[in-house]
Amino acid sequence: MSANAKDLRHPLKRARGLGSAQSGVGHWWTQRVTAAALILLGVWFVITVLSLLHADYATAKAAVAKPWNALLLILFIVTMFWHAVLGLQVVIEDYVHTRWKEVVLLVAIKFLAVLCALAGVLAVLRIALGV
Amino acid sequence: MADTRRPLSPHLQVYKWQVQMMTSILHRATGIALAVGTLLVVWGLLALAAGESHFDQFKTCIGSPLGIILLVGWSWALFYHLCNGIRHLVQDTGAGYAIPQFVRSSWLSVIVSLLLVILVWAYVLTAGGAA
Repeated sequence: MSANAKDLRHPLKRARGLGSAQSGVGHWWTQRVTAAALILLGVWFVITVLSLLHADYATAKAAVAKPWNALLLILFIVTMFWHAVLGLQVVIEDYVHTRWKEVVLLVAIKFLAVLCALAGVLAVLRIALGV
Repeated sequence: MADTRRPLSPHLQVYKWQVQMMTSILHRATGIALAVGTLLVVWGLLALAAGESHFDQFKTCIGSPLGIILLVGWSWALFYHLCNGIRHLVQDTGAGYAIPQFVRSSWLSVIVSLLLVILVWAYVLTAGGAA
């Protein structure tokens, strides 16, 4: 376990792998996983929007209502807001140096992201289920 | 303002301009722009779910001159963040850190994103006008 006799950290600390910020590489890793998903979903989204360039209302609605499109759209919305929150969080942590403003902004973007993501998902579901 | 009175590291203006620093700053800037752009996606879906008159209103807004300018900006931001994001994912594996490679991949992100945005808008225009 402690090959390095000079290491003053408890072996349990190393085993947990959470580091000094207590959250380990969770944020970093989730940002990468959502990024990888968004490469595929983002390209699909752009192509789908381009294919609907001159579609009238009924055609656009029917396209969103297709099962695969509805599924991928919901995935896109959730992943997009998740990735956006992780990115904005780092920007706020880097540039907002007054603690209470930082915390207020960090919570505000999370509230806003969940609100918008749910609104988007509900809109897709309403279209897909025809309610 | 900062609560603490620690010495600050040298700020941006003391550095010689380099493409790597521009790609890094642009990655953040386009990320923030895209986070705002997520609202447009949700707006479009809500309008589609709400009915034809709402959707027509949405189409009029994004088809207006200001709307087109914003869409061009957002599409470039998306393609740049996509290209440079892939570059960062490759670098996360430890590849491409030699300075000549780093400079080359920076230019590649910028140039490919510009090519993609030109390609997409050429398609939009030849397909018979925007929106």
